[in-house]
Amino acid sequence: MLRFILKRISQSFLVLFITGIIAFSMFTFVGDPVDNMLGQERTMEDVERLRAQLGLDKPIPVQYIKFLGEAINGNFGVSYRQGRAVSEIIMERAPATLELAALSAVFAIILGIIFGVLTAIKRNGLLSNFIMTASLIGVSLPTFLIGILLIYLFSVELGWLPSFGRGEVVQLGWWSTGLMTESGLKALILPSITLGLYQMTLIMRLVRSEMLEVLRQDYVRFARARGLSERDINFRHALKNTMVPVVTVIGLQLGSIIAFAIITETVFQWPGLGLLFINAIQFVDIPVMAAYLMMISVMFVGINLLVDILYALIDPRLRVAAK
Amino acid sequence: MNSHLSDTIEPTPSRLRRILDSDLFYAFQRSPVAVVSSLVATLLILSSIFAPLIAPTNPFDPSSLNLMNGFTEPMTPNAFTGEVFLLGTDDQGRDVFSTILYGMRISLFVGFSAVLFAVILGIFLGLIAGYFGGWIDSLIMRSADVQLTFPSILVAMLIFGIAKGITPVEHRDQMAIWVLILAIGLSDWVQFARVVRGATLVEKGKDYVSAARLIGRRPYAIMLRHILPNVLSPVLVIATISLALAIIAEATLSFLGVGAPATQPSLGTLIRVGQSFLFSGEWWILMFPACTLLALALSVNMLGDWLRDALNPRLK
Amino acid sequence: MTDPILSIRNLTVEIPTRHGLFTPVRDVSYDIYPGEIRGVVGESGAGKSMTGNAVIGLLDDPARIASGEIWLKGRRIDHLSVQEQRAIRGREIGMIFQDPLTSLNPLFTIGEQLVETIQLHLNVSAKVAKERALALLDRVSIPDPKVRFDQYPHQFSGGMRQRVVIALALCSEPSVIIADEPTTALDVSIQAQVLDLIKELACETQVGVILVTHDMGVIADTTKKVTVMYNGQVVENGTTDQVLSAPRHDYTKSLILAVPRPQTKLRRFPQISYDSRETNFKIEDLARDWTKVEKSKSGKLLEVQGISKQFLEKSSLIPSWRKYFTAVNNVSLDINDGEVFGLVGESGSGKSTVARMIGTLLDVDSGRVLFDGDDVTSMASAELADYRRQIQMIFQDPFSSLNPRMKVESIVAEPLLHHKILPRDRVSVRVEELLDRVGLTRAAAAKYPHEFSGGQRQRISIARALATQPRFLICDEPTSALDVSIQAQILNILKDLQEHLGLTMLFISHDLPVVRQMCDRVGVMKQGQLVEVQGTETLFTNPQQDYTKKLLTLMPRLAQLSG
Repeated sequence: MLRFILKRISQSFLVLFITGIIAFSMFTFVGDPVDNMLGQERTMEDVERLRAQLGLDKPIPVQYIKFLGEAINGNFGVSYRQGRAVSEIIMERAPATLELAALSAVFAIILGIIFGVLTAIKRNGLLSNFIMTASLIGVSLPTFLIGILLIYLFSVELGWLPSFGRGEVVQLGWWSTGLMTESGLKALILPSITLGLYQMTLIMRLVRSEMLEVLRQDYVRFARARGLSERDINFRHALKNTMVPVVTVIGLQLGSIIAFAIITETVFQWPGLGLLFINAIQFVDIPVMAAYLMMISVMFVGINLLVDILYALIDPRLRVAAK
Repeated sequence: MNSHLSDTIEPTPSRLRRILDSDLFYAFQRSPVAVVSSLVATLLILSSIFAPLIAPTNPFDPSSLNLMNGFTEPMTPNAFTGEVFLLGTDDQGRDVFSTILYGMRISLFVGFSAVLFAVILGIFLGLIAGYFGGWIDSLIMRSADVQLTFPSILVAMLIFGIAKGITPVEHRDQMAIWVLILAIGLSDWVQFARVVRGATLVEKGKDYVSAARLIGRRPYAIMLRHILPNVLSPVLVIATISLALAIIAEATLSFLGVGAPATQPSLGTLIRVGQSFLFSGEWWILMFPACTLLALALSVNMLGDWLRDALNPRLK
Repeated sequence: MTDPILSIRNLTVEIPTRHGLFTPVRDVSYDIYPGEIRGVVGESGAGKSMTGNAVIGLLDDPARIASGEIWLKGRRIDHLSVQEQRAIRGREIGMIFQDPLTSLNPLFTIGEQLVETIQLHLNVSAKVAKERALALLDRVSIPDPKVRFDQYPHQFSGGMRQRVVIALALCSEPSVIIADEPTTALDVSIQAQVLDLIKELACETQVGVILVTHDMGVIADTTKKVTVMYNGQVVENGTTDQVLSAPRHDYTKSLILAVPRPQTKLRRFPQISYDSRETNFKIEDLARDWTKVEKSKSGKLLEVQGISKQFLEKSSLIPSWRKYFTAVNNVSLDINDGEVFGLVGESGSGKSTVARMIGTLLDVDSGRVLFDGDDVTSMASAELADYRRQIQMIFQDPFSSLNPRMKVESIVAEPLLHHKILPRDRVSVRVEELLDRVGLTRAAAAKYPHEFSGGQRQRISIARALATQPRFLICDEPTSALDVSIQAQILNILKDLQEHLGLTMLFISHDLPVVRQMCDRVGVMKQGQLVEVQGTETLFTNPQQDYTKKLLTLMPRLAQLSG
């Protein structure tokens, strides 16, 4: 087990290293930072001086080490577009995304598991078929379309919920939360549903297919042959066996929620990291892109690592060695 | 049942007869879902291929546009010119029906090409990883793991962003479609490689592969002739579902502004353009492209779902 | 005489399929008495398992009981509601399946699974349930029950797992146990132990046992009564002694006849003539077209000198931390021209690995293999072409030894095309000839493997092996996966090939009686080492090594079998 964890940790570092290289390459090879930072009126001396100041005249590996060092300290330089320190911008926008992601995740996971188990157990019932059809539509609807339609229905036509922004937020230290005000809560509803719906459908279908697979196994047959009730079989045996692989996938889905937040934030003009990233791409604001990339990779690598360790803990075949 | 096959064997049926007699086709005929969704998908695909013939106008030919036609409602004569448009017009006077047909073309082209790229790359890498094992396997699988750490939409965005940064501004619009195909394709190969690698490992252990090796066949011949045909069926299922996902991914990227440009709009771009008009009452500019996108993705998804259940040997 | 606890009367099971109504069980009747083990024997597809499933109420949709009655302890149980059926399952009727590994939930300890079942049927507290569970584990001879109680299924060996499964089936002290091929997946030495356990328990607890199997040896050793099934129907019913020594039905007669006898060596394997399964194997035609087999330079066609092979069990970046598993340890043997050399051993003994090393499918870690004087283990791929033309192999599993996506013609033609033995236009003619010689019609060439039965597929494999007119044939358990009736057919073909064509053969098997009939000399392998090599008759009548002696005692005696 220990060997397994060590292996995974070293893999994680590898991934971070590689992503660092990609981010760094973006900096050095894509566009000229100096070009971007100085205005039109500049002289050759200005360029040389800034180059030396930024350390761009040193050899590449040295630059990379410096880059990594800065990154670890959270210093990603200054945004081309906004002229402010990137780290400052990120800290400002992070809570918006994280709150949204957390709420969507909870919604997606709880409903996803419930519906998944339901449609697996009652395979051919009316409700099951309805849910399955609805789920197919859910998977076929792009997130942005869901968002647009929800806005149209609830904001424009019915006027119940806001169509953009976070509403009023309350500052708690460096964190800004929308959970404590009415307008903040109202503003969270539509975006969370939009973000969570796709994930919920995915989780639901996954749980269903895993559970159906488990219910086909010999040990379920043998349990039936021993006279165990369907309820015991479904909720004690099958559910546990289903959850083990599902838990790991759900963990990975958390990462994808953060990525899909980009779309939702664009539709709802939600002032989070996703919107920041999209604007950065459009303006080719390299420092922000690089920072987002590094931060996301740390987050994802961390989630992946935790998920793998969790899996090793849950599955006894990995936890306890065979005789 | 087969043990009673006597040694007198009837004449061999033709290929077509085999397909029509197969269990798969039988299941297909009996499933309304499969029939309807494949009909819808075929209809959409055909109409986009023949767009130039079907569309009443070419919406991207500036000379054919009349700004006065702008914002016409569906099936109502325009206040100024009196022209009637099936699905209305957008702000530039473009016939929405035509833009949808041409837009679907782009969406489907990108979708198919991206999946094709991912499938070929994935099969190739999966085969050699599974067959040779060793460091080749480790290298490919580690790369796959690294890439899988990130959701594919993000990878696609990143590739697009980098490519955009590298290309000079004048060429950006032209290259957009190809970059999009590359981005979506590269973000997708991993699942195919994994599945093919797994299946290759299974087939590699089977005796018919040993028999071929015993005969002395070279690795590439064994991979192509023996292993590949036997690992394709899960690929087919994943490819169908991937197609739907690729279409949605392309639409998403275009919607976000990092995909098909306004000069060569796909359905996603059309939706982006239409979004601003939705809230001011011109709902048709957004709704019709949106419905088309939904119909496309839904029919392909349904087909893929059905195919997965039909090809699953365990469900028989 | 007491009443039977279970009585099956005229049971018929049907399955509606796309091609019509399929009846896997037709008008089947037999009784089970307390303390008695009744064997239900038949080949695959005979309907023996399906009958058991119907009794315990586990028929999978869309299969259903069409007619007939099932009586348990004076009460009719075939028309009960789902709830009532469930109440009986496990409590009155227990069932054990073939594969112990997949029968147990890998995520629960066996203690948890035992306690759960005990508490389900007997309303007792957890503490009492645990005591009962420990007692059960003890009764099925699991050492250290207290420790084992908290362990997971993957921590047990195959035989022990099956004992746990038996313990689980006994939890509520049922009146009947249906054992569906309980020892087929186990090694020969473990099989005997598990069967003995079943016999003991039947005696002790007076539970009635339905023992479903395809193995005549198991029937002879374990059962008192036997029911013979063929094609969904019961063809014979009676006491084991009576049926085995004086069978009445033709099918039973031929089934018994086809079982290879361990005691004597016959010239040919008697074939089942029931249902006209004769095939037309045209050995004379084949021999006519065969180029004369040359004699080797030294008289020894194959010389294996000290080969060894290790597999990596645990990988690690640090070389000294890696763990290896020795599959083959310094094995040496010679095979003379025209000889059939048998290699026997239990599963895991390394015999297949040796075969693959000889065929150069696996690299040798050390040692050499000489074929007619040439060292094939040190040759590069290109130089081996000649060797590959002269050596061929027949594999165990008829279902995986043919590429399911290739037509039979391409399969048999592959060696011909690869070695460029014949020009392209003559290849299909040759293929059809070969298929004809092994008793399949020429029309078989255009079909796919899945359209053939197991025995037919093995014949296609043989046709493929004969295509290049090899001098040396390796047969790796060629009949282990086949029904006993087909086994005789294939073995006869192999015998004919060897006698008429002068082929040299390496015959690998775990089935001792078959080896006795087929081979001239035999080598015994145990855990990677060659323990004894003797002429066949000497080995069977006067074994030297203890391990050989042990293996021989495990052979089913089958003394009462007629013929």
